[in-house]
Formats: sequence, structure tokens, C-alpha cells
Amino acid sequence: MSYTAKDPEKRPLLALVDQASPPDVAAYERGGGFRGLRRVLAGMSPAEVVEEVQKSKLRGRGGAGFNTGLKWSFVPKETQKQRKKYIVANGDEMEPGTFKDRMLVEGNPLQLIEGMIIAAYAIQATHGVIFLRGEYHLGLERLKIAVEQAKAAGFLGTKILGADFDFELIVHPSGGRYICGEETALITALEGRRANPRTKPPFPQVSGLWGLPTVVNNIETFSNVPHILANGIDWYLGLSACDDGGTKLYGISGRARRPGVYELPLGTRMGVLLEECAGGMQDGYKLRAFLPGGASTAFLGAEHADIVMDYATPEKAGSRLGTGLAILLDDRASPIGMIRNLEHFFAQESCGFCTPCRDGLPWVEKLLIEIDEGRGTPDDIARLEDAARLIGPMGRTFCAHAPGAIAPLASGLKLFREDFERLVAQGRPSEGASPAQGHAA
Amino acid sequence: MPDVIDADLVETILDMAHHDVLPRGACIEAMKIVQDRYGWICDRHLKQIADLLGMSLADIDGVATYYNLIFRQPVGENVIMLCDSVSCWVMGTDGVREKLCRKLGVKMGQTTEDGKFTLLPIVCLGHCDHAPAMLINKEIYGPVRPEDIDGIIEAHREKTS
Ligand SMILES: Cc1cc2nc3c(=O)[nH]c(=O)nc-3n(C[C@H](O)[C@H](O)[C@H](O)COP(=O)(O)O)c2cc1C
Ligand code: SF4
Ligand code: FES
Repeated sequence: MSYTAKDPEKRPLLALVDQASPPDVAAYERGGGFRGLRRVLAGMSPAEVVEEVQKSKLRGRGGAGFNTGLKWSFVPKETQKQRKKYIVANGDEMEPGTFKDRMLVEGNPLQLIEGMIIAAYAIQATHGVIFLRGEYHLGLERLKIAVEQAKAAGFLGTKILGADFDFELIVHPSGGRYICGEETALITALEGRRANPRTKPPFPQVSGLWGLPTVVNNIETFSNVPHILANGIDWYLGLSACDDGGTKLYGISGRARRPGVYELPLGTRMGVLLEECAGGMQDGYKLRAFLPGGASTAFLGAEHADIVMDYATPEKAGSRLGTGLAILLDDRASPIGMIRNLEHFFAQESCGFCTPCRDGLPWVEKLLIEIDEGRGTPDDIARLEDAARLIGPMGRTFCAHAPGAIAPLASGLKLFREDFERLVAQGRPSEGASPAQGHAA
Repeated sequence: MPDVIDADLVETILDMAHHDVLPRGACIEAMKIVQDRYGWICDRHLKQIADLLGMSLADIDGVATYYNLIFRQPVGENVIMLCDSVSCWVMGTDGVREKLCRKLGVKMGQTTEDGKFTLLPIVCLGHCDHAPAMLINKEIYGPVRPEDIDGIIEAHREKTS
């Protein structure tokens, strides 16, 4: 099918991804790999690399969407010899409904590694860490092999490709906790402490891992970098259907015919993703609403089923692009049940550092259980609204976990108001999710 | 389980500690390799790791209990982790959980009497396009239907008998 066919010109990120057997160094190079790094080390200055990435308008793919080159430019401009610095790949991927980084590490780990080496050169980092979620056993195995291969071929270690540039890379499998995906918590985890987030400033680019300058980027973000350096800014900007650069790994899960990950121009419409890539809804199910980019993005109703999935448009509609992997709510699943499931997750994964999140989210979950099980009162709906108003705004908590947790609740209270009121009025449990029956073929 | 951690593991832990900026940076990986060999982290081993890394027992236990994948209690020969996050919920993980509990005769969080299986909930396994998803030891399954459970469990029972 045209949306999934291998095409290095249109779909560079997945072009060499092979989940059955990822390319080794030779196959990766045959497919165009390490061209970007070779160009960089053949004569570009670190500042030139930062500038090129900044102008390519690559924005972070981990959820916040910050311009990647701009982030790198905040690192103090010192050479490798002047100060130790770190490059960290965020492969925690525990946001429910997100399954894109797994594909990249399992299917083409060398692409990530090349992106990290280029980034390291750009900020003159000496050390790199790939932080991978602990449940990705296959990904871990393949990353370790790929790091060894890259080392043996002279892409890691000292005097890389004969240049005056050294870089050492290790893989760290996580102990398993959602909050480790938050970049300052991730850094704390790597230091062997309970992974509570830290207040910013200071930002990691100035004071990160072990107090040294550190850049944390998502795995998909790094995987874009080799292509920018190999093919140039104009080519990269041309991949996109909006103002920002590149393609995006989009995805669909829920009651679609063919859930999965698809690489498409950034700014592709949701209708293309759902109807053409995912084959539409399964027979007997209708789309009711969706979370456009993971569990911590606000619900959009079915009237947005053809929304442009760039950074700006979902925000205008009251949500966020987030990770770009949408979760579908169908007409046969209970929206209250779905929100209850989401808030159970967020309450459980709160790190406990600040009160509104630690105490507020379990309270929210309790109210939702009451309502979902037919014991709720109209006051409970009002209490949920209070909680959303009090916990939701950025800045009330140390990190964005709590605002993310409130996004589906606050939007759901508006969008599914009638469902909430009906459940409370009838005093019967909601119907829950439709029973397991796997995917239609 | 031996009173003290095997010498080869101690050596690996000291080596990892030596390569980190502070030894404590190696604590998660140290606990993981100990758990890989003995199944879980008992108090004696935890104390020993703490000593090797220059941490207090309270400090390292705080780290250990923070994480899903570090076990401070004995687990069965097979650890089943069933995803209870949102995409799997939509696709019917509740039915799979009921079937698993019935089949094994345990509740979530418990181990079967014969010590063969521990059943735990887990958050999104990054396998949402194959929901409902489940991890048994290092192997991922999905989409799992309630009617698949008997076959999957029996296959693992045989493998570890
Ligand atoms: C609660 C929470 C969880 C997060 N989880 C992840 C994650 O699993 N992976 C990720 O790349 N970013 C995650 N982030 C975002 C990171 O903090 C950070 O913004 C990102 O890694 C930066 O990379 P990028 O600029 O390449 O997107 C999370 C943020 C929060 C608040
Ligand atoms: S918002 Fe929640 S997860 Fe973030 S620091 Fe506060 S308690 Fe921890
Ligand atoms: S929600 Fe279950 S694997 Fe993602």
C-alpha cells in the first residue's frame, strides 16, 4: 500500500526499519546511513550543525515540540576538552497509546545512534546514554548489538572517522516508571536516585546529568537528524505539509481495522490516518472521540475527525499533537470508563513529590469510580470540575504530569457531560468497554 | 538463594560502579542483574548492594520500591504482566484479566500456589496496535483474547516443568 511502501525520499525514518532483522552497519550504509555523520565530520563546525538543525525546523517528537536546534544552542559553547557533556536519548515511551519509539529501536537502531553522534558533535558532548524502558527486551538486545557494531566500525570511541572527536555511548534499561520520561526525572533516575523531577531552571542544557550540560531528546527526534544532515534543510522542509519540518510517525490504536504506525508528512490530516492508513473503524463501531497524541492530550470530538495533525491546529482545538499517536474512543465503550482508566494510570504514576498531584489525582480517580459504578451524585461532577480547575493549570505542580493528567478529564467533562449526568441520575454502572474480540482481519 | 551475592555478580557491580560518576549511578542495573539470577531482591542482597555502592539501606530501598520491574518479594517462575492502560482497555483487557485470574486461581498481584506464575498489572507496553497486550517474562503477546489464555498458560507451564 502506498502509505507504507518503503521510500527513502518520502519516508526516511522508516525506510530502513526492519523489525524482523534490523540493518547491520553494512546494510545501513548501503541504504544511505552515516552519510550525514560523514558530512559533519568532514568539515562542519559544531555551530554549523546546530544552525542547520535549527533551520530545518525539526521540533521535539517527545510531546512538547520544542525546536531541537534551538535547544542545542542553549548548551554552553565549550569544546569536548573544556567540559564533559551528555547527550541522552529518551526512550522511556510509557505514555499510554504510544508505540513509535519501540519500532525505531527494534527496526533500525543505527539511525538513532547516528543521530546521537551528530548531536554529540554539535554540542561537543563526550558521553551519551540511551534511556530505554525496561520492558523493551528486544529493543535493548538490538541496541546493544548496534552499539557494539558502531564501535567496531569506528563510529563510536576515540578519533571518530579520523576527526578530533570522541564519543562513548551506553544503554540504560529503566527500572520502569512513567515519570522517568520527564526529562529531569530521567536524569535523576540515571543518577541512581528516586526519579522525582527537578524544578527548572536550571535547565538540563546547563546543569543536567551529574550537574553537567545535558541535552535530552526523544528517540524519534534523534532519528530525524541524520537525514537532515545528509540531505539538507530544503529537502527536509519539503517533506512536511506544514510550516515545521519533516515527516512524523503517526499512529492509531483502538477499534480501527488496521491499527499501527505510519510515517507521513508532518501536518497530515487525521482523516488520512484513520480512513486510509488504519482502514477506518471496525464494522459495528463508530468514532465517538479521540485523544490525538497519547493519554495526556485532551479529547477531541468526532467533529475533528479530519483535523490537521500539525503542532498548531490541535492546540487551537483545545488539545495537543503530543506524541502524534491517537487513541480512539468508539461509540460502544463508556467514555466515563475510559477517563477512569486514564486517571487510574495518572494517579498511580504520580511520583508523589507535590501535593496537588499526589493527593488530587487519587481523589479524582475515586470520584470517577463512584460515578462509573453508579454511586455518584451531581456534587461529584462538580468536585471533578473543581479538581480539574485547581490541578490542571501549568505551574501549580513541579512537572507537567498533573496538567497532562487533567487534560483528558477536563475535556471529557465537557464533551461527555450528558453521559456523566445520565450515569449519576440512573444510579447504574456504566457499560465499560466492549468485550475483547481482537482485530477484524 | 545464597546468603551473599555470587562473586561474579559482585565483580560486575563493582565494575559498573567504577565506571559511573558516583557508584550509586549503577544501583538500578546492579539490582537488575541480581534479580535476573535470583528472581527477586531479598533484604540481605539489597544491603549488600547498598554497601558495594556506598548507599544506605533506606536510600537504596527507596529506589528499589520506586520501580515496576524491581521485585522486593518472591515471584513465580513466570511473571505475567497484563497491560491495563487505555488502548488495551478499549480493546477488552478486562475480559482477559478475568480469564487469567480464573485460569490461574489468583488475584492480580498474587503468585500461584505451585510457584509457577505471578500475575501483575503493567502500564502500556508500547504494543497498543496489538491490544490487548501482555508480557510473559521477556516475550510480548497481542492481541490476546480470553480464549487464547489456556493455550498460552499451558505452553509456559510445560516449558518450566
Ligand atoms: C510526565 C511526562 C512524561 C514524559 N514522557 C516522555 C517519554 O516517555 N518520552 C519522551 O521522549 N518524552 C517524554 N516527556 C517529555 C520530556 O520531558 C522531554 O520534553 C522530551 O524528552 C524532550 O525531547 P524532544 O524535545 O526531542 O521531544 C515526558 C514529559 C512528562 C511531563
Ligand atoms: S506533578 Fe506529579 S509527577 Fe510531577 S513532580 Fe509533582 S507529584 Fe511528581
Ligand atoms: S495500552 Fe496496552 S500496550 Fe499500549
